[in-house]
Amino acid sequence: MGHDSPEAIQAEIKKYMMVFAALAGLTVVTVAVSYLDLSIAGAVVVAMIVASIKGTLVAGYFMHLLDERFTIYWILALTMLFFAVLMFLPAATVSDHIGTSTEVAQEGAEEHH
Amino acid sequence: MEIPYTVEPRPDTGLYNAKLGIWLFLASEVMLFGALFSSYVLLRTGNPNWVQHPMNVPMATLNTMILISSSVTVILAWAGLRMKNFAQFRKYGILTLLLSFGFMVVKGIEYNAEFELGLFPWTDNYMAVYFTMTGLHGLHVIGGIVVLGYLLGPGAKMWKTKPEQFTNRVETFGLYWHFVDLVWIFLFPSLYLL
Repeated sequence: MGHDSPEAIQAEIKKYMMVFAALAGLTVVTVAVSYLDLSIAGAVVVAMIVASIKGTLVAGYFMHLLDERFTIYWILALTMLFFAVLMFLPAATVSDHIGTSTEVAQEGAEEHH
Repeated sequence: MEIPYTVEPRPDTGLYNAKLGIWLFLASEVMLFGALFSSYVLLRTGNPNWVQHPMNVPMATLNTMILISSSVTVILAWAGLRMKNFAQFRKYGILTLLLSFGFMVVKGIEYNAEFELGLFPWTDNYMAVYFTMTGLHGLHVIGGIVVLGYLLGPGAKMWKTKPEQFTNRVETFGLYWHFVDLVWIFLFPSLYLL
């Protein structure tokens, strides 16, 4: 968090206004990109990159994470680790063959007979 | 007995207690919304016949702008208190409240239009995900309205007796409100544009 002199706070406010302008501009970019004829994978990547930039601006400046205590960084690092596990759970289901291996084994056995 | 570390930082954490508390709460919120995002990815990638209904993008864009604006007004309200300017806090606090009501009105108009088209949470997986995620987000907005209403109303009395603690309360509310904005930043493209 910054200093509390009126001058320092006024300087912070200018920074917040610039972040607001960037967020508004990136919102327009998000919508504009959705009208481009991108593949679904391309659209997901672009949309998530723009959303991540916006999220970083909000967290970094509005939530003043750029200038915070290490206690908060540690809490968030642990949270991000578990969040990543959550987001990769759907990917893990792709390699989940429980239930299918029996069928494959049966099909293989039938082919032999 | 006085609650300790409401203003001065605790020596071991370097933070006043409410700030540590709100960050721990927000960490749990990341997991709550993370579970829903993860479920959405699983349902969508696992269904080759996924039905994506066209949503009202202009209304959602308007709501994005409203929430971003409210994030600025809430931080200006907090800046007002840091400059010992209660009038500025009040002005921007009320503006934040109006913007959050505006968000809910736009969301209500959207929901109403969807109901008229026969789109309900039980229509299909997409609508179930859409109403669950936007509904939970909307509940968070309502929660924010209640807390901000308290801080602007009866809770504002604390400014006269414990101004530093009151400023910290507004800061912790602001952190919550920015998180609500942050969630919407990811909900908007995920549910409306992809």
